[in-house]
Amino acid sequence: MKLALVVVLIVGLAAVPKVVSPYYVTVLLPAIAYSIALLGFNLLFGYTGLLSFGHALFVAVGAYSAAVLSAKLGVKSFELVLLISAAVSVAAAVPVALLSVRYVRIFFGILTLAFGMLFHSFLFKFYDITGGDTGLRVLRPSLFGRDFAELDKTSFLVGPFYYYCLALLVVLGFVMWRIVHSPFGLHLMAAREQPRKAEYLGVRVRFVRFLAFLISAFYCAVGGVILAINTGQADPELAYWTHSGDLVFMTVLGGFASFFGPIVGAFSFVMLKGQLMGLTDYWRFFLGALLAVMVVAFPRGLVGVGQQIWTKARAR
Amino acid sequence: MTTLIETVDVRKAYGDFVALDGVTFSVAEDEVVSIVGPNGAGKSTLVNVLTGLLKPTAGLVRFKGEDIAGVGPVLLSRRGMARAFQLVHIFPALTVAETIAAAAISQTGRSLRFFSSVKADKELAARVGEVAAIFGLEGKLGTQAQFLSQGEKKLLDIASAFALKPEVILLDEPTSGVSSGDKHGIMTTLMEAAKRAGVKAIILVEHDMDLVAEYSSRIVALQGGKVLADRTPRDFFRDPEIVAAIVGKMPPRHACAA
Repeated sequence: MKLALVVVLIVGLAAVPKVVSPYYVTVLLPAIAYSIALLGFNLLFGYTGLLSFGHALFVAVGAYSAAVLSAKLGVKSFELVLLISAAVSVAAAVPVALLSVRYVRIFFGILTLAFGMLFHSFLFKFYDITGGDTGLRVLRPSLFGRDFAELDKTSFLVGPFYYYCLALLVVLGFVMWRIVHSPFGLHLMAAREQPRKAEYLGVRVRFVRFLAFLISAFYCAVGGVILAINTGQADPELAYWTHSGDLVFMTVLGGFASFFGPIVGAFSFVMLKGQLMGLTDYWRFFLGALLAVMVVAFPRGLVGVGQQIWTKARAR
Repeated sequence: MTTLIETVDVRKAYGDFVALDGVTFSVAEDEVVSIVGPNGAGKSTLVNVLTGLLKPTAGLVRFKGEDIAGVGPVLLSRRGMARAFQLVHIFPALTVAETIAAAAISQTGRSLRFFSSVKADKELAARVGEVAAIFGLEGKLGTQAQFLSQGEKKLLDIASAFALKPEVILLDEPTSGVSSGDKHGIMTTLMEAAKRAGVKAIILVEHDMDLVAEYSSRIVALQGGKVLADRTPRDFFRDPEIVAAIVGKMPPRHACAA
């Protein structure tokens, strides 16, 4: 049942460029990027119980790595850009994680927030390296060695690049599915539930938290690379703490207790934000109000609401 | 008899306060050693030193001949010592099967398998079923721990410790919070489970003198951080002064008669 739903959704997403205007497809690209990033983010939040308020840091590291690689070092291959950017992000995550996973709850949240703000001010102040407030340009990559020179920018993004990113989401989603259902995933959840008991059952609590943190940094960087290529720009706003807040927002909106919650949250958030921004300048107000209602009335997020409706419909 | 675990002249001080003061004792194969004493006697500190959680200020702690002072519960669990808690420790959102599986995964050294499926592992499922059956939890495998009864939670806590296939198991008041009618039932289950699981020795921390008298092969009494007595139950309960120092009242009747 679940699998059938997933297949239908993938086919649906694959059909989107054939049905709607290119504008809407470029709106969906960030949703795919955030879905990938949040799969990683939620390994740490939903499964490990560590809520980071600084994970935009790793999205930004992905974006800036893509900028440096493509515009400064002339790396064209998307595969190389992805791998190197993700590796840079994991390397950056090592010291952050080593310090942060010693703490839980509010202390972990504040520490990650602090690291995120540090990185943002680095991007802002070191103009020569990072382009300061204007950020860095990101060039169009080649996919599997093909540079699609015959396509203009939009056709490239809504055509081959869109399908590439969708495939990435499917592959990385499958990998994450395996991770959370593996022995390692079970130990993450044990550490989340009751760390002291978990230790007595042989769970290396800090070590598995550390690894989950690195995996999340990998996924966030991949999301960041896609975001940057989509806009052609690595922007310091990507590292700003409100962007970290958006990651939390999307995950809670979709439902952090569910595997698919973050993906649902990413798509809902991106589309809702797009609609609201067209209607009013106060879109943040309405999004905030929505989140407040969700947390109070539907703590299991949109996926939880869907599950409730499904259970009721079946009971009839 | 082979000594499994021993402390030599262990001292644990927190500033001026001395929680353990020169504690020397050992547990050998086939023994059930009870640690008794009034509140504040140092039982909890000793337990935490024995399970590698606390590093003693001075003295030696050895498990199977190796120094385990402060090595931590993870390492100790892999070397063959398990602990069940006084206050029930469970994983509320995990099922009975998942809880036991978490321990079995550590025991088989598979915790860093990232892509294999827990559910599809038949060997693991068999092991989980086997452990659950010992504690009568085989009908609850798919139930989240938070929805178990208090007694079942206690059993799950202990079952997960047994899933580590320990050589020594430390039971911290295994019957606390259980109605007095059930406590002998739980102890009998525990003793049989220990035999079946190949546990070589049991350390029992217990207030209930009925249970101590019935199930221990030796009793170590602590008072003020020192070992007051280290005797067989027979000798222990024959000495009214010691019993009074530990329980603060006269011993239970059947223990006197023994």
